[in-house]
Amino acid sequence: MSTDSIATFNVDMASRPLVAKLHEWVTTVDHKRLGLLYIVYSFIFLLIAGIEATVIRIQLIRPHNNFVSPDVFNRMFTMHGTTMIFFVVMPMLFGFANYLVPLMIGARDMAFPRLNAFSFWLTAFGGILLYFSFLGANGLYGAGNAPDVGWFAYAPLTSKTFSLGHSTDFWTLSLLVSGFGSIGTAINIIATILCMRCPGMTLGKMPLLAWLNLIMAVLVILAISPLSAAQIMLLVDRYLGGHFFDTQAGGSAVMWMHFFWIFGHPEVYVLVLPAFAFASEIIPVFSRKAIFGYPVMVAATVCIAFIAMSVWAHHMFTVGMSANANTFFVLSTMAIAVPTGIKIFNWLATMWGGKIHFKTPMLFSIAFLFQFLIAGLTGIMLSAAPFNWHLGNSYFVVAHFHYVIVGAILFMTFAAFYYWFPKMFGKMYIETLGKLHFWLFLIGFHLTFDFMHIPGLLGMPRRIYTYEPGRGWDTLNLIVTIGVFFQAAAIVVFVANLLWSYFRGETAGSDPWDAWTLEWSTSSPPPVYNFAVIPEVRSRRPLWDRKHPEDPDWKYE
Amino acid sequence: MSAPPATISHANMTLASDADVSREAPSRGRVGMYCLISAESAIFTIFVVAYLFYIGKSLTGPMPKDVLHVPIFFTVCLLSSSLTIHFAVKSLKSAKIGPFALWWFLTLTLGAIFLAGTAREWRHLIYDEGLTIQTNLFGTTYYSLVGLHAFHVTVGLLAITTVLLFTLLGYVKHEHAERVDVLALYWHFVDAVWVVVFTVVYVIGR
Repeated sequence: MSTDSIATFNVDMASRPLVAKLHEWVTTVDHKRLGLLYIVYSFIFLLIAGIEATVIRIQLIRPHNNFVSPDVFNRMFTMHGTTMIFFVVMPMLFGFANYLVPLMIGARDMAFPRLNAFSFWLTAFGGILLYFSFLGANGLYGAGNAPDVGWFAYAPLTSKTFSLGHSTDFWTLSLLVSGFGSIGTAINIIATILCMRCPGMTLGKMPLLAWLNLIMAVLVILAISPLSAAQIMLLVDRYLGGHFFDTQAGGSAVMWMHFFWIFGHPEVYVLVLPAFAFASEIIPVFSRKAIFGYPVMVAATVCIAFIAMSVWAHHMFTVGMSANANTFFVLSTMAIAVPTGIKIFNWLATMWGGKIHFKTPMLFSIAFLFQFLIAGLTGIMLSAAPFNWHLGNSYFVVAHFHYVIVGAILFMTFAAFYYWFPKMFGKMYIETLGKLHFWLFLIGFHLTFDFMHIPGLLGMPRRIYTYEPGRGWDTLNLIVTIGVFFQAAAIVVFVANLLWSYFRGETAGSDPWDAWTLEWSTSSPPPVYNFAVIPEVRSRRPLWDRKHPEDPDWKYE
Repeated sequence: MSAPPATISHANMTLASDADVSREAPSRGRVGMYCLISAESAIFTIFVVAYLFYIGKSLTGPMPKDVLHVPIFFTVCLLSSSLTIHFAVKSLKSAKIGPFALWWFLTLTLGAIFLAGTAREWRHLIYDEGLTIQTNLFGTTYYSLVGLHAFHVTVGLLAITTVLLFTLLGYVKHEHAERVDVLALYWHFVDAVWVVVFTVVYVIGR
């Protein structure tokens, strides 16, 4: 990059025709642009999957409802789950990792910029492929449409016999394609963090966000690969007439469950570790204190990743396993609560005695702490096999994991949006609208997911199309659905806030939060080259050192 | 843990030359390849687990002990190709392009012989023994696992052929030793996986 194009970068952008600008975005290998592409792409899918959730909830608003047909209902919960996990949360977190990791470790770009672009487009086409099934999946039999086998697609539902047409093929292929994209991104994140850190930034001085994303990437490699292997087996079964999951020929349906959940449970930590990463950056800045117990936070993260690889079969207590297997998975699942609890205490200790600024990112972070705690507690309840036999596949489980994914991950993602929005676009969001978004979403979230636990306890199974009146589920389901509309209203406020701020917002400046990590040392939005001079750091809070040369951190670390 | 010594006497950020960065950091290519190998290992692990789990569970024949012959010659070929690629990289590192091309070509030949061996074995199984991927669980798991490995050999051979073409056209120089070394890492992995597949399919599974 020559100095001329650096100086004229922003001017160029404004004056070029639309086609040229689009061409730049499509062919870009810049980590910031790919990060934004990931984020925008996943946000579009968030809206789509949110609409699908709304359809599910309207169908369940009262007994004997006929808002959609049973077939459509099956497609809705399958597409909602698949989209949210693979095409919303993962790309959203990859987007933030892409955008932030090089900036935070003082690098020019990711380790493999072209692999980065390739991975994004694989993920993007995976999502498009999944949704193309609405048009293209009818197949020769005229059967099927969008996938309707549930997001974990248990055998033998996915066999040719029970899934005519191509809906399951679309599901498999789209996850395979986007899975390769995820593996590519994970390789890139690891190589970036291990090889591209600026001088002075030892592993022990990295921002926690980089640490947590490093561990997340390791988990992606260990978790997504088994999923890809299982998808290949499913393709062999469906296209070549193989018998991996074909019980008629001696195959095993339980095999698929194991393979899926060997992916499925580490995946939860793939999703939640970046949320922890956001919390570990945002909570200290708005408490005006350095993070409490940095080495313990890192150790707890590594610990979580280790245990995460050995808890998968707690999704299968109701399938029926041996007593030894049950005991092992009960204990390992309970054990993972320990490092997670350590993290919660560390965040609380960071806030303790701090000068807390209740800005929107901090509000979302505080809600995250409480909600993640409750999600963890219901998780411990479900980890006890006897309790799980009673409540497995009930709405209690649905409420539990939505508490994790919405109450913890989505809340922290909103916090990250508000926290880094000024950095990404150079504009400040509107604080009042941010707070309105927070309170609306908080009310909606608790109406929906607090009350969703109770029908589960009362015996309402997940994925049912409708239910009989008079089982004590009616009012609760009504309240759950009402909560959805609060959440939808909050999302409208959120989008309005971002759009308004993007076009009309006040200029934010390079460091609106008086923060301490390297991304705030460059302009907002950062120039293509990130740093005019590669920074050199001596502590975990390089900007603190620079702002307070009389009392730098490196004297104490 | 690449901790550069604190070379500056003040806390401000100062200019660091590229040499500083590259001196401390591990090679991107190697780290990337190790990560890819980890991901591939996870994929192979799942297929190996499936193979082991389904041993003896086929409802109909043919069974492994009736139709499988241990491919000793082809295994020796593949494993020796690890040695030849090692010598090739060593030659390139000491800037000897001629010996590099020779060792590299030998690697390609040995890999191709192995692949031909797999093709011959499959032809025998399909046409003479009537074992296809649809026949029974053995067929399904055998063709998937061995096929997955053969696919990786094919990818490796394509990459090796590309490098060979560039070498013959005179583009490969001493400074590419690092990149060629990363490719060799992949090839070693393919060979190591064969040791596992061989043990599982031809020793335990028979």
